[in-house]
Amino acid sequence: MLTRRSLLAAGLIGSVLAAVPAAAADVVKIGVVLPMTGPFASTGRQVQAGIKAYVALNGTTVAGKTIELVLRDDGGVADQTRRITQELVVNDGVKMLVGFGLTPLAMSVAPVLNQAKIPAIITSATTSAIMKQSEYFVRVSMAGPQSAVPVAIWASKNGLKKVVTLVSDYGPGIDIEQGFTNQFKKEGGTIVEAVRVPLQNPDFAPFLQRVRDAKPDAVFVFVPSGVGALFMRQFVDRGLADAGIRLIATGDVTDDDLLNGIGPAATGVTTGHFYSAVHDSAENKAFVSEVRKANNNMRPNFMAVGGFDGMHLAYAALKKTNGDTDGGKLVEAMKGMAWASPRGPITIDPATRDIVQDIYIREVKEVNGELYNVELATYPKIRDPNTAGN
Amino acid sequence: MLTILFDGIAYGMLLFILACGLTVTLGLMNFINLAHGAFAMAGGYITVVLMNRYGISFYWCLPASFLVTAILGLVLERTLYQWLYKADHLDQVLFSIGIVFMSVAGADYFMGGQQQLINLPPELSGRMDVLGVGIGRYRLFTVVVCSLLAIALQLILSKTRFGSRLRAAVDDRRVAMGLGINVPLVFALTFAFGSGLAGLGGAMGAEILGLDPNFPLKFMIYFLIVVSVGGTSTVSGPFLAAMLLGIADVAGKYYVPAIGPFVIYALMIVMLILRPNGLFSRGIGR
Repeated sequence: MLTRRSLLAAGLIGSVLAAVPAAAADVVKIGVVLPMTGPFASTGRQVQAGIKAYVALNGTTVAGKTIELVLRDDGGVADQTRRITQELVVNDGVKMLVGFGLTPLAMSVAPVLNQAKIPAIITSATTSAIMKQSEYFVRVSMAGPQSAVPVAIWASKNGLKKVVTLVSDYGPGIDIEQGFTNQFKKEGGTIVEAVRVPLQNPDFAPFLQRVRDAKPDAVFVFVPSGVGALFMRQFVDRGLADAGIRLIATGDVTDDDLLNGIGPAATGVTTGHFYSAVHDSAENKAFVSEVRKANNNMRPNFMAVGGFDGMHLAYAALKKTNGDTDGGKLVEAMKGMAWASPRGPITIDPATRDIVQDIYIREVKEVNGELYNVELATYPKIRDPNTAGN
Repeated sequence: MLTILFDGIAYGMLLFILACGLTVTLGLMNFINLAHGAFAMAGGYITVVLMNRYGISFYWCLPASFLVTAILGLVLERTLYQWLYKADHLDQVLFSIGIVFMSVAGADYFMGGQQQLINLPPELSGRMDVLGVGIGRYRLFTVVVCSLLAIALQLILSKTRFGSRLRAAVDDRRVAMGLGINVPLVFALTFAFGSGLAGLGGAMGAEILGLDPNFPLKFMIYFLIVVSVGGTSTVSGPFLAAMLLGIADVAGKYYVPAIGPFVIYALMIVMLILRPNGLFSRGIGR
C-alpha cells in the first residue's frame, strides 16, 4: 500500500541516489592514516603539519576536483592501520591513501591495496622490503639505507678508518647497518664491531661503554628519533667525544624537532639525511614558515616534509590523469614524477616506485640562537642501495 | 670492568627506588598496583615541567616531585584505591591497568608523545676518573641518593612506631584496629609514601631511562621482576634483587650484546625456580 510515509522514504532514497554521483564527480577523498596517539604520535603530528602546510599553500582544487582529506588515527598499531584503511576504502570511498608511520603499519595494508587497487603514498616508513609488497605503494620518505651510504663515503674520505656501528635492532636499523657496512668496506674501512641495541632500550650505558672500549675512530649510529635525543645525552656524558670517538649518524639522531632539547651536547655531530629545516631554498623557506605559522611555531622535521611531498605527489598525479581517479592510472602517473621539494630535487623511480633524492652531510651548528643541521656536502640522486642493483 | 659494575649498581639503585613503593603496596598492603609506573611518570613530568617551564633548580625538583606525587597518591588512595583493598586480585589488576592506560593517554594529551629531556646542572654531567675507573657524575649522585633512601626506608620500617604499626596492620588488620591503630590512615600514608618514592625515582630516572608517555608500560615488567625476585616481605630483598638485576642487565648487555636483553629474564626464571618466594622470604609467602 502506498502510504505517505513510504512515498517520503522513496523520495528520500531517490534524492540521495541522485545526489551521490554528482558529489562523487567533484570530490576526491584522500585518506590520511597516521599514528596521532601512542608512542609515535610525534610522527603523526609532523606529517599532518606537512600535509596541512601543503593544502594551505596550494588550495583544495586540482583538475576541477575538490580534495577532501579524511584523517584517521591508527595509534601506531598495525591491525588498527589495516582496519582503518579498509574502512576508508569501503565506507568513505577514498581514492588515494597517504601516511603510514612505521614499517609494520605500511606492510599491514598491502593486501588491502592490492585488492582495492588504490595507491598509497608512504610519508614515513622506510624499510626497503615494503615496496615489494604491493604495486600500489609509492614512497616519498626515504628508501631503506639511503642516508647511510653517503655517510660511509664521507667518513672514509675524512680519515675515519675504524668504525663501530650501533643500530636499533629492528627492520630499518638492520637495513641501515647493512647499507653503511657494505659501502664502508667498499671504501676500504674496517667495521670493528656491530652493536645492535633493543628497540625498547632504557639505558645505553653498557653499549656505549662497549663502543668506548673498542676504541674506534668513530661510531656510526641509527636509533629512532625519540630515543636519539636520549642517546646523544648519554654519549656526551660517557665522555666518548673526549676519548676521541666521533659520532656520525643518520639524521634521525639530530631530528629537527628535538635538536634544541638535546642542547649544546649535539654541536658538531655529523649526520647524513635528506632534510634539514635550514636547507637553503625558496621552497623550503615557504614550507618552514607555513608550518611554523599554523602549528604554534613548531619546527618541521623530515617527517613533515614527507607529508608535504606526499600531498604534492597526490595533487600532481591527479593533475596528470586530468582528474581520473582510477588507481592504476594514478600510480602510472606518479612513476617518474620529479619535482622541487623543500628538501631539494626528488624523483619517483619508475621501476621501484621508490624515492630518489639528494642526501646531505650536515653538521649541528648554532644559527640565530637555535641549533640546526647545517648542510656541508651534497650527494646527489641516491637510490636505495638494497634495490638499486635489480 | 669496574665501570660496568658501577653503571650496573647505579641502574639497580634506580630500579630499587622506582620499585620499592610497589614492594610496599604489593607486599605489605597486599594490593596489586600495576599503576605504580604511572606515579613514577608523574614524578618525571613534574620535574620536566618545573625545570623547563619555570627554570627551577634540579635539586629542588626532586623533593617537589616526591611531594606532589605523594599527594597525588594520597588523593587517589582515598578516592579510588581504598574501595578495592578487599576486592580480589583480578579486580585490582583490571582497575590499576586501567589507570595506566588513562595516564598514558593523559600524558600524551597534555605533554605530547615525544621524549622529554631535562638539562642537568653542569656539576652532575660528564664523568670523572677515580683510580682509573670512569664514573659518571650523575650516576654517582644516583647511587648516593638512593642508598641513603634505602637505609632510611629500612630504619623507618624496622625502628619507628609507624613502621611497627604498619607491620601490625598488615599482619592482622582486625587485631590492629582493635588495638586502636588507625589502619586506613596508616595505609593511606604508606601508599602516599610509596607513590612519592616512585615519583622521585621517575624524576631521577628521566635522564637515564628517558621519559615519554609509555613509561608506565615500558617499566612495569622491570618493577614486577624486582618485586617478584626480591620477595615482598622486606626492603632488603627487593634492594638486593634490584642490584642484582641492574648489574646483570648492564653486564649482560656489555659482554654478550647479542642476547643482552635476555639475561635479566633468564636470571628471573632461575631465581624464581630456586627461591619461589623471593630472595629473603619469611617461610611461606603470602
